[in-house]
Amino acid sequence: MTTGVEFLPCIVAFCCVHSAYQAADAAGRMRIPYPENIIMVHIPCAGRVDTLHILRAFENGADGVVILACHEGACHHILGNIRAKERVERANALLREIGVDGRRVEMRTCAPNDGSRFARVCHELEEKIKELGPSPLRKHA
Amino acid sequence: MIIAERKPLEDIKQMIAQYKKILLVGCGTCVTVCWAGGEKEVGILASQLRLAFRRDGGELETLEATVERQCEKEMVEELKDKIQQVEAVLSLGCGAGVQTIADRFEETPVYPALNTKFVGMPEREGLWIENCGACGDCFLDRTGGICPIVRCAKGLLNGPCGGTNKGKCEVDPEKDCAWTLIYRRLEKQGRLDLMRKYYPPRNFQAVVRPGKIEAQRV
Repeated sequence: MTTGVEFLPCIVAFCCVHSAYQAADAAGRMRIPYPENIIMVHIPCAGRVDTLHILRAFENGADGVVILACHEGACHHILGNIRAKERVERANALLREIGVDGRRVEMRTCAPNDGSRFARVCHELEEKIKELGPSPLRKHA
Repeated sequence: MIIAERKPLEDIKQMIAQYKKILLVGCGTCVTVCWAGGEKEVGILASQLRLAFRRDGGELETLEATVERQCEKEMVEELKDKIQQVEAVLSLGCGAGVQTIADRFEETPVYPALNTKFVGMPEREGLWIENCGACGDCFLDRTGGICPIVRCAKGLLNGPCGGTNKGKCEVDPEKDCAWTLIYRRLEKQGRLDLMRKYYPPRNFQAVVRPGKIEAQRV
């Protein structure tokens, strides 16, 4: 009899509608499974994500946050993914200041038709956050 | 404008460690432009503090507000209702803003979240350079609009010194020699004769602390 409960991380994925969101659809159409504990947030462009959105995700119980954007040079709004990258770096720095591992936030890119990459990235993130364990920023019961 | 930067989080945490509910107040003027204390920074710092308290096993409740100009008592008046609900105020304004709130709401402790650094201008996005020392005895008419008092590492009125090196400063080779800049500027304006003039030590009594100016009504 096992007493431990497997840790299922809560990962918030901000998905650009021009790339990752379509890639998630593609993964679905191709019947490629990806973790059900990824909470997808539909965004018009990765550049819409603010540092505050990332912090708020942690306040609301996320164990990890990822911004899934268009590949560099392929942003429909030209610089949205570059700006998102800067904000991820800022959020990392703010989390490190609190004493939290900055690896809990990251940015990945994917093409709209690349469902298999989307699924692979989600699995990688899940594994990484499982290794890091539950977020120390979760609200105490 | 006034340039400020946020204090280290650890310092801010120590200042407010004893409180359970605070109000963070931003300023919509200088510190908004220099990314230190505007509405956005208030939101980020509030969230970061809530997370930091939670990380340490505590809980912090925050209210947020940003006034147009924190250095004007009429404008901080709008904070009245919110200040009544909290134990302390964390100001993201410059030193003048902190003191304006502290003077108006004397019974509530007001803490500074920023270090007010200097009077400066944006060099490029995200980079601000000090270009005025607020010395009270402006010298710019003689130097082509470049202030040697703050932009020269030695604050020389009669430069350049022997340490100028290909337009850079001996104190910091990354920085331009202010007096070389002044020379080039005056050369463009055909006013190089000003370089040959000797300027006596300036008037250090031009601003007696604390400064006070009363304008004549017109």
